[in-house]
Amino acid sequence: MMHPSSSRARAIAVPAPVAIPLNALLPWAAFGLLLCVLMLYFVGAEQGAVSLISGHEVHEFVHDGRHLLGFPCH
Amino acid sequence: MIAGRLLARGMIAGCLAAALAFVFARFFGEPQVALAIAFETARHAAHGAAPEHEMISRSVQASYGLATATLLYGAGFGGLFALVFSFAYGRLSFCSPRVLALLLAVAGFLTVVLVPDLKYPPNPPAVGNPATLGLRTETYFVMIALSISVAAIACLIGQKVSQMRDEWSGWLCGAAVFVLLIALVQAGLPNVNEVPDGFPAVVLWRFREAAIGMQVVLWGSMGLIFGALATPVLMARARS
Repeated sequence: MMHPSSSRARAIAVPAPVAIPLNALLPWAAFGLLLCVLMLYFVGAEQGAVSLISGHEVHEFVHDGRHLLGFPCH
Repeated sequence: MIAGRLLARGMIAGCLAAALAFVFARFFGEPQVALAIAFETARHAAHGAAPEHEMISRSVQASYGLATATLLYGAGFGGLFALVFSFAYGRLSFCSPRVLALLLAVAGFLTVVLVPDLKYPPNPPAVGNPATLGLRTETYFVMIALSISVAAIACLIGQKVSQMRDEWSGWLCGAAVFVLLIALVQAGLPNVNEVPDGFPAVVLWRFREAAIGMQVVLWGSMGLIFGALATPVLMARARS
């Protein structure tokens, strides 16, 4: 039987979770939020209800994905 | 830097999960899309209208188009998922990274996908009136935003109750608040009923099953993959 204080037992012990400080998180949160919302916008709504780029190419290209991912498409 | 590393890993996990979801959608979703388009074409022909001009061929839409849309969606939600995880880890939850990632994936699927879809389910081509697209898009995104807000409120209340009483009561109170507020929100938002006459019910049902199944694959594998990818980052930080 393994002794609880053997080096192996200590090596696999999981440290208690330490929160990431908010001031370290904030810049990444702003950047990530902007980037991710932009990506989701192009999949979900561009050239549908709202249009930044004229035409229908974006809409047509992501058409099947938009339907299957649950966005209103047309 | 750690938040940045987790953000990148979240987006990678989202892309990998999206690849699996794409395979699922390709096998279970695309046949239903094809049946719905066949219905639409037959209806156009019956009205003597010319067939719709195809700007991008159906085969491209069903392969590269679907893959691109799914990857963007996976990367987008993977990134947001990583941000919520970075906030919750060690703050709202003291679970291990793997357990927290899986819990958050379940919560994300419920909040962002299942609850909004219960009110505004995914629709195949031919279902939905183009004239109401603006309204439907608006109500759909409002539903998602309200669902996320309600989840945050339920989480805060659950947290408070579990500090005052015990964890079990906290989960129960949080869940009760969530169900109650969602019921009110869904009863208050406008109904949409635009399934055309004669549209095969089985196609509609199979399409919606496939759409939700695809999301189960995406969120489930995203949680598992992100848990595995985040663990070494957080363990290295705890050791240093």
